[in-house]
Amino acid sequence: MNTIAVVGASLAGLRAVETLRHEGFTGRLVLVGAEPHLPYDRPPLSKELLAGEWEHDRTVLRKQPYDDLDLELRLGTAATGLDLATQELALAGGTKVAFDGLVIATGSTPRTLPSIPALDGVFTLRTIDDCLAIRQRLDMGARVVVIGAGFIGSEVASTCRKRGLEVTVLEALPQPMVRGVGTRIGARLAAIQVEEGVDLRLGVSFEAVEGDVRVERIRLGDGSTIPCDVLIVAIGVVPETRWLETCGLVLDDGVVCDETLHAAPGVVAAGDLCRWPNALFDGEVMRLEHWTNAAEQGVFAARSLLRRAAGDEVEGFAPVPFVWSDQYGVKIQCAGRFGPSDDLEITHGELDSRQFVALFGRRGRLVGALAFSRARQLMQYRKMISERASLRDALAHARASG
Amino acid sequence: MKIVVDFEKCTSNAVCMGIAPDIFEVRDDNFLYVLQEEPPEDKRALVEEAVRMCPTQAISLEG
Ligand SMILES: Cc1cc2nc3c(=O)[nH]c(=O)nc-3n(C[C@H](O)[C@H](O)[C@H](O)COP(=O)(O)OP(=O)(O)OC[C@H]3O[C@@H](n4cnc5c(N)ncnc54)[C@H](O)[C@@H]3O)c2cc1C
Ligand code: SF4
Repeated sequence: MNTIAVVGASLAGLRAVETLRHEGFTGRLVLVGAEPHLPYDRPPLSKELLAGEWEHDRTVLRKQPYDDLDLELRLGTAATGLDLATQELALAGGTKVAFDGLVIATGSTPRTLPSIPALDGVFTLRTIDDCLAIRQRLDMGARVVVIGAGFIGSEVASTCRKRGLEVTVLEALPQPMVRGVGTRIGARLAAIQVEEGVDLRLGVSFEAVEGDVRVERIRLGDGSTIPCDVLIVAIGVVPETRWLETCGLVLDDGVVCDETLHAAPGVVAAGDLCRWPNALFDGEVMRLEHWTNAAEQGVFAARSLLRRAAGDEVEGFAPVPFVWSDQYGVKIQCAGRFGPSDDLEITHGELDSRQFVALFGRRGRLVGALAFSRARQLMQYRKMISERASLRDALAHARASG
Repeated sequence: MKIVVDFEKCTSNAVCMGIAPDIFEVRDDNFLYVLQEEPPEDKRALVEEAVRMCPTQAISLEG
């Protein structure tokens, strides 16, 4: 391979270019990114950076010199199309880049609602620019409303409370973060948010965003209104595949890949937009929107690309999914795959405290674990999940380790 | 090889512990503890991976 192009200059893209060089690729390496910034870390955007505890220089993802990577950096430039037959990328401004290998890592982008007008004070939170713009309003003591009590919405509310700001969270579902953690843990999170002074409105329908130039109030389905200076819409993300729509790759809520993360010969995908079958979970086809996955897939996809091109055997990508979230002083960590229909056992503490582990079993197998400020224990269960341990063995382990 | 963690930078997300649990441990107090500050040479590849993967670049290696 002479030229490898990596599209998306964030976590997965950066880990891919680093790995390509680390594995000895000496050809031309082009990194294309729509944002004007060098790769930075997103988790602090709802936490330390938004809180004002960090400045933006601390979010830089690579401290070592970029010269070591010998990249052709095209920042502030979006890819607009892909031609698989001629192996060419089209970039905004009309230039083309011919490649032999391609890494697709354009991540995801916030979901929005067409019914929300583009008033001043209405935000989504994905980029450092979003974060700094919101932070400026928080510095002025804004009254904040968050739509969506998922991971990011809940973290933003936590950060607002830490800053002593009034915050209302609107959620259509009966609990916060239910999609990620299920109803019992969701109920616990709801209680914590209320204890911490969040005005949490669950199961509500939101009707309209009102205001002339600026957002002024939010009207709910029951006719009540909430005064608002900053509205943060945090209702999830969608994979960023708009530039791939006509290229012939299979798209289905993400770029569909095989177990080696190949989407086509010479084309791999990594990060928030990658959908692939995970052999550790009986080939369940998954797409994850978490930091560790993007980092690990960036590394894996780069290796997979080089090895397949060299004619070597590549094994499948089969990790135990892992995600963390920091809110209200609790370090939440989840490993594995679990849902509302799985068996749930609480260990290492009580559900009504802020320190415990929840274990999830399906047909006798340990499939997931969730911890509130119990990282050490969680990592042990993460390992047990990868070893296909039974729920019974996990519970025996919990009893033995206290 | 000596591991140095900048605790000002560490946010205790346990990414390093996921890679090398016998070297890095985040405990119930939500702080990271380095279990082996001078791990044996055969752990170098693992430790280097942890250094690379740490989101806040809090870990560095001397020697
Ligand atoms: C506020 C916030 C908090 C988070 N907190 C956590 C957390 O606590 N724990 C956790 O596990 N995960 C967290 N995440 C998720 C984690 O940050 C993501 O999973 C990770 O950033 C995904 O990396 P990625 O490289 O796949 O994509 P992204 O980080 O989305 O990057 C994709 C990049 O591609 C660029 N791009 C898009 N389209 C194009 C195009 N056509 N051409 C060129 N470039 C393009 C984008 O501008 C972007 O820079 C958080 C995310 C956010 C937004
Ligand atoms: S990976 Fe880095 S930030 Fe996370 S716990 Fe380890 S040292 Fe701290």
